[in-house]
Amino acid sequence: MEFDTVMMSRLLTGMTLAFHIIFATIGVGVPLMIAIAEFIGIRRKDPHYLMMARRWARGFIITVAIGVVTGTAIGLQLSLVWPNFMQLAGNVIALPLFMEVFAFFFEAIFLGIYLYTWDRFKNPYTHWALNIPVVLGAGMSAVFITTVNGFMNQPEGFAIENGQFAAVNPIAAMLNTATPTKVFHVLSSAYLTAAALLAAITAFFILKKKATDYHKKALKMTVTLVFIFGVLTALAGDLSAKFLAEHQPEKLAAGEWHFETEENADLVLFGWLDGEEPQGAIRIPGALSFLAFGDFNAEVIGLEEFPEEEIPPLWIHYMFDLMVTIGGALVIIPLLYLIVSRVKKWNEYNKGLLWMIVATGPLAFLAIEFGWFYAEVGRQPWILRGYMTVEEAATTSPYIGLMFFLFMALYIVLGTLCVVTLRKLFRDNPAELELEKHYPNLEKGDD
Amino acid sequence: MSYEIIGISVLWIFLYGYLIVASVDFGAGFYAWYAKATKKDHIINQLISRYLSPVWEITNVFFVFFFVGIVGFFPDTAYYYGTALLVPGSIALVLLAIRGSFYAFENYGSKQSNVYMFLYGATGLLIPASLAVALTLSEGGFIVEEGNSVSLRYLELFSSPLSWSIVGLALVSVLFISAAFLTFYADRANDQPALKLVRGYALFWSTPTIIAALTAFIFLSQHNERHFDNMMDLWWMLGLSVAFFMAAMLLLYSGKNYGLAFFFVMLQFFFAFFAYGIGHYPYILDPYITIHNSSTHESMGLALVIAFIGGLVLLIPSLVLVFKLFLFDADYVKGKK
Ligand code: HDD
Ligand code: HEM
Ligand code: HEM
Repeated sequence: MEFDTVMMSRLLTGMTLAFHIIFATIGVGVPLMIAIAEFIGIRRKDPHYLMMARRWARGFIITVAIGVVTGTAIGLQLSLVWPNFMQLAGNVIALPLFMEVFAFFFEAIFLGIYLYTWDRFKNPYTHWALNIPVVLGAGMSAVFITTVNGFMNQPEGFAIENGQFAAVNPIAAMLNTATPTKVFHVLSSAYLTAAALLAAITAFFILKKKATDYHKKALKMTVTLVFIFGVLTALAGDLSAKFLAEHQPEKLAAGEWHFETEENADLVLFGWLDGEEPQGAIRIPGALSFLAFGDFNAEVIGLEEFPEEEIPPLWIHYMFDLMVTIGGALVIIPLLYLIVSRVKKWNEYNKGLLWMIVATGPLAFLAIEFGWFYAEVGRQPWILRGYMTVEEAATTSPYIGLMFFLFMALYIVLGTLCVVTLRKLFRDNPAELELEKHYPNLEKGDD
Repeated sequence: MSYEIIGISVLWIFLYGYLIVASVDFGAGFYAWYAKATKKDHIINQLISRYLSPVWEITNVFFVFFFVGIVGFFPDTAYYYGTALLVPGSIALVLLAIRGSFYAFENYGSKQSNVYMFLYGATGLLIPASLAVALTLSEGGFIVEEGNSVSLRYLELFSSPLSWSIVGLALVSVLFISAAFLTFYADRANDQPALKLVRGYALFWSTPTIIAALTAFIFLSQHNERHFDNMMDLWWMLGLSVAFFMAAMLLLYSGKNYGLAFFFVMLQFFFAFFAYGIGHYPYILDPYITIHNSSTHESMGLALVIAFIGGLVLLIPSLVLVFKLFLFDADYVKGKK
């Protein structure tokens, strides 16, 4: 590996995105959770749920701030670090990027209003409704940026003649073949991750302190949501794999260590490579054919059909396997909780189960990271698949290495301060205390 | 009208919008720090944070809008500015990141510390200074293309009087615009001690603003004669700018109608900024990029304009709502809500 400008450019972009995606995912997912909690709270006139919405919103302000500043960084960095790519892509894919800004605008405006108008309206639904544009704005910005990423994988909607753009169709570029499955998977996984994050925090509190009514209700609601979005995410992931099999077979084949085109292909899980032979792996006969085409006998294209320089790095196999394993866990753990909580004799607050729920939070974030690394590194060597390689796109500026360390320092500081601030915010102000302050008439929990 | 012209006009209007809202924000940061350093923070800092808390994210989107829009309408700008601005752009980003996130940490998280107030004040001046560099670069002579590579001539940039005069102008304008706005806001809140203080700031920074503008103008005539001559042809706009400045000063001195005074300040900058922009036409980067040779494919241009109109239909009512709730709701401004 050589640390030239291209490599440093990739590292800088990868680092910024890997950091941004944590906060972006929270930014997309948490407003929906707040909306659900506040709605239940108003419907049932239950202050516990209202308090959830309030407290989550308070923590959310902090993470949004980091989402915004890192997003601004990646947005400008696309031009600073990949000037040639943006010059080319700007002609074809500028539309969703531009619309994304409007989505941000919309989200930012209503977030400001929502956060500063608790108790300012007579009808509680008015305040609740102010959150809807936040949910939609954040969701739409994820949709738009994901179409851009879809375009990088599946460039469509333009014709090139003699190195010039002969025709450009911005709508077709935006609604490229990769878009539907990608958008579905990105959105469902963001909601899944937000639910898992909140469930994990709640379970952790119950383990460390005690199970108050507030925490019990929060746990039930969030774990149920983890289950629902876990199932949807797995479904969307399956559709993404089917998309890859048809349109980007080299990425799927590299992720699956599938070297020869064959029918009834096995699914290879984990293991290591000895030349082209996977060793120590779990093999599920025919499963790859099924994953790719929904048919155990379908033919799956192998890496042998591609020129060597167009094959992505093979280590993405682990990224894919880890994501899918976590995907399975994020369906099974909440299901276990739901079953246990239905059976009267069993106690859903037993330590083992709670610790598993605590694990879902970090696991979901890891799955997001693994998924993106799989998707992005699996596109190598292309930045715009089939048209422009990463090498052709990168900046020529010699200072890129220096900038990498500048931003690394920034992210370390931001990450640390974020954790410190959030801890302070909630430790100094536990839910019970705040409930009492806001709703003095509320009966004490039965703990 | 061709869509390039629509595109550049839209972008310039938004850049103007950013100039105003960001100046208010950056300047307020400096004043908050200054007030703290001179032990007057109890007078104005409450006022400042009441206005800024709900809107800082909106301010940031103005900036994002500008750089996403310019690359969308004029993709070649990504190539030239992107390559040349890697270092100054990254520094501006880091400063923006520090400012934005520290703002959230401190205001929602805990008590205000001195380190934070210092960073908040310092970034309030450093960010406009670093962003102003982009305007200087567009005048030409600093970004050069040789063979296949574009580079920025740092030595020339840092030794250019034009570049320093633009930085100076940016700094004093920020402080002036911000003080004029805060005067209006303090008056609405009917907060007499704060009003007295910020009105003093506004009066103080008015004269340097005009001097800095004149200085920058003179250095421009030496650096880029074409631009200077074009601006001279727009003498009536410059004249209007000066007239609105005088009218604003009159109101500020006589101590009434601060809302109108701030509006006049906005007009003062509007005319100056547009005279500057129109004089720059057709160049985006002298001599490499004009709005004609760099514009995006026609169908994309059309799509962007349509998206823009659709976006405005969503945005304008929402912005009106924000203003109603936070700027013109007397009870909120006074801190009763
Ligand atoms: C909580 C997060 C999460 C979970 C549990 C899963 N995924 Fe995933 N996956 C993502 C989060 C994610 C992601 C971060 O959203 C990615 C990265 C790029 C993208 O489009 O979505 C992704 C990409 C991605 C891709 C590549 C798409 C492309 O490059 O176009 C495939 C094939 C899958 N996933 C398949 C699955 C399967 C079969 C799962 C089984 C349960 C699964 N994912 C669980
Ligand atoms: C959705 C829009 C996205 C766009 C437009 C985008 C764009 C890019 C670009 C331009 C590169 C550099 C070229 C390359 O090395 O492939 C890149 C690489 C990378 N991106 Fe993405 N990206 C997107 C989403 C993400 C997200 C959300 C992540 C999550 C963490 C991510 C992770 C990475 C990583 C890790 C690399 C480095 C790849 C390598 O080292 O080979 N990307 N991306
Ligand atoms: C290359 C890829 C990306 C770019 C250029 C980008 C750009 C940006 C920008 C400029 C902002 C700040 C907007 C503001 O000022 O309010 C931002 C924030 C945000 N981004 Fe990204 N983004 C990228 C990837 C993603 C992805 C993949 C997602 C979602 C899956 C996402 C979701 C968000 C959200 C929700 C916010 C709002 C901040 C928050 O609520 O935390 N972004 N992004």
